[in-house]
Amino acid sequence: MLAARFVFAVGALAVCLLAAAPAAAQTPAAPVNDDCLACHGDSAAVRANGSSVAVAADVVAKSVHGPLTCVSCHAGLATTTEWPHAEKVAAVACSTCHGQEGRNYDDSVHGRAVAKSGLAVAPRCSTCHGTHDIQRPSNTGSSVHRAKIAGTCTKCHEGIAPLYAKSVHAQPLGPNQSAAAVCSDCHTAHRIQRGDTDAWRLSVIDECGTCHLQRISSYRDNFHGQKTTLGSTRTATCSSCHDHHVILPASNPASAVAPQNLVATCRSCHPQASQAFVKYDPHADKHDAARSAPVYWTYRLMQVLLLGVFAFFGAHTLLWFPRSYRARRERRAAAAAKEDSSS
Amino acid sequence: MTRGERHIVRFQPYQRAMHLVLFTSFLGLAATGLPLMFSDRPWAGTLARGLGGIQVAGVLHRIFAVMLLALFAGHLAELAWRFTRHKEHGLLWGPTSMIPQPRDAAQMWQHVRWFVGKAERPHFDRFTYWEKFDYWAVVWGMVIIGGSGLLLWFPEFFASFFPGWIYNVALILHGEEALLATGFIFTIHFFNSHFRPEKFPMDMVMFTGQVTEEELQSERPAEYERMARDGTLETLAAPPAPGWLSLSGRVVGGAAVVLGLVLLVLILVGTF
Repeated sequence: MLAARFVFAVGALAVCLLAAAPAAAQTPAAPVNDDCLACHGDSAAVRANGSSVAVAADVVAKSVHGPLTCVSCHAGLATTTEWPHAEKVAAVACSTCHGQEGRNYDDSVHGRAVAKSGLAVAPRCSTCHGTHDIQRPSNTGSSVHRAKIAGTCTKCHEGIAPLYAKSVHAQPLGPNQSAAAVCSDCHTAHRIQRGDTDAWRLSVIDECGTCHLQRISSYRDNFHGQKTTLGSTRTATCSSCHDHHVILPASNPASAVAPQNLVATCRSCHPQASQAFVKYDPHADKHDAARSAPVYWTYRLMQVLLLGVFAFFGAHTLLWFPRSYRARRERRAAAAAKEDSSS
Repeated sequence: MTRGERHIVRFQPYQRAMHLVLFTSFLGLAATGLPLMFSDRPWAGTLARGLGGIQVAGVLHRIFAVMLLALFAGHLAELAWRFTRHKEHGLLWGPTSMIPQPRDAAQMWQHVRWFVGKAERPHFDRFTYWEKFDYWAVVWGMVIIGGSGLLLWFPEFFASFFPGWIYNVALILHGEEALLATGFIFTIHFFNSHFRPEKFPMDMVMFTGQVTEEELQSERPAEYERMARDGTLETLAAPPAPGWLSLSGRVVGGAAVVLGLVLLVLILVGTF
């Protein structure tokens, strides 16, 4: 009985192999999700070292990538012919579909840490976005949803968590009462740069300005802002005065811009700054009499002076021009007449 | 030498040198300062980069400022010297004084009436009312722009004397007065002195230092008659300026005028 079964099995195998031979010479059909789940669907599936390779089919189905196949992302396995496949498989290349995000990431401090510095701990896409459970940022379950970003980033940037938690940006204000500003609002999602580079110090000013519209405009209209606009890094940016992660309103006594702390804050650049010195307003607005009366009235006075001078001399010039033109012709005519009479 | 060919010295070499330093530092200050004033305009970044970056532009701005302040101090010393040592009390009042006098108001009114054909051309003396305006505009500008500029250069030092909001005022004053000064020089002064049809394209007197006797007589008859009376017409008579002086005057002055007009275009583009 056993022998008969063995013979049948060998025979069946031979038939299968013969039948498969011409097909095997062509491109093998890519495995479908069920093929993968045949092994990975087993919650006990492990690598040789015991680490899990289990995939929960329902989690994948509910993720934003649910409609895709396993080999859409694990593209290296689409053409594999040996099963089970080798333990070492090609890394998932998200940028195949998410090209712009990929290019931004490659140029970020995270991407360069992976590609150039070879830092194993540097974050890849999945570090922030997750893997099989990946969701849109708008989904409240996503690790990059506004309400969860700070938690996601501070998994690595541990030291920033308590600083940010104190800041006014961590207070509810944003959509659906999320934090007023989360990490990616200032640092961007994918173009994250080192905080100590000049390029970042200059570009983050505009990030602040996307929300603080009036403040950015008055900053750009005053000395510090005019200089940074032209690329100077030897002058105050937003964070020079307002700090960066522990950003607090001036009404908070712990704030860098609280009245009692201004001298110390200004002294970080102007060592001789005094109580009188800090009466300078880096956000003075020449159009706002309530905030900056002396500036407003100086500006108005100068406008009147400019208008007066140019109106007077403009009219003077316009009247003079035709008369001067006539005078020139008269003089030439007189010279010509003199020439005629003398010749 | 026929009468028409005789030339009269109007400005001494040191006065022409002062004007050269004046417009060089003025143009330098304008070119290095305007980018900051119009920092939000695309041309501002280009100009600042062309000058070697905004830091370098700032250093150049201060160098030109020192140059102009030194010139101003030199002029004050010159006036004091001429007044005390040479007893030129005419500096204060009279036909050769820069002080505005009732005659200037009368001549201005008459000049405007001449524009519209209702009066004879005024008999101007050494300095016309518009030249006096130019002069006092520079003095006023030196005080306002120079003073506010020094405040902004040494904020910590001046904070011992003034409250900090003075820098907010100083920044507005410095920029707006600079707009007035550059706008005025590049349009009104250029027209009055160089572009008006009788002078076009350029009055060379500030470069060669001299005018023809005929020109002096027709444009400043009062001065001409006074000089003929007191004999200075003879002592200040000179042969025509040498060719190299006229040529370099045209080149340097022409370059200054062109640079001024370029800056004027940038100001207009930036303002409107």
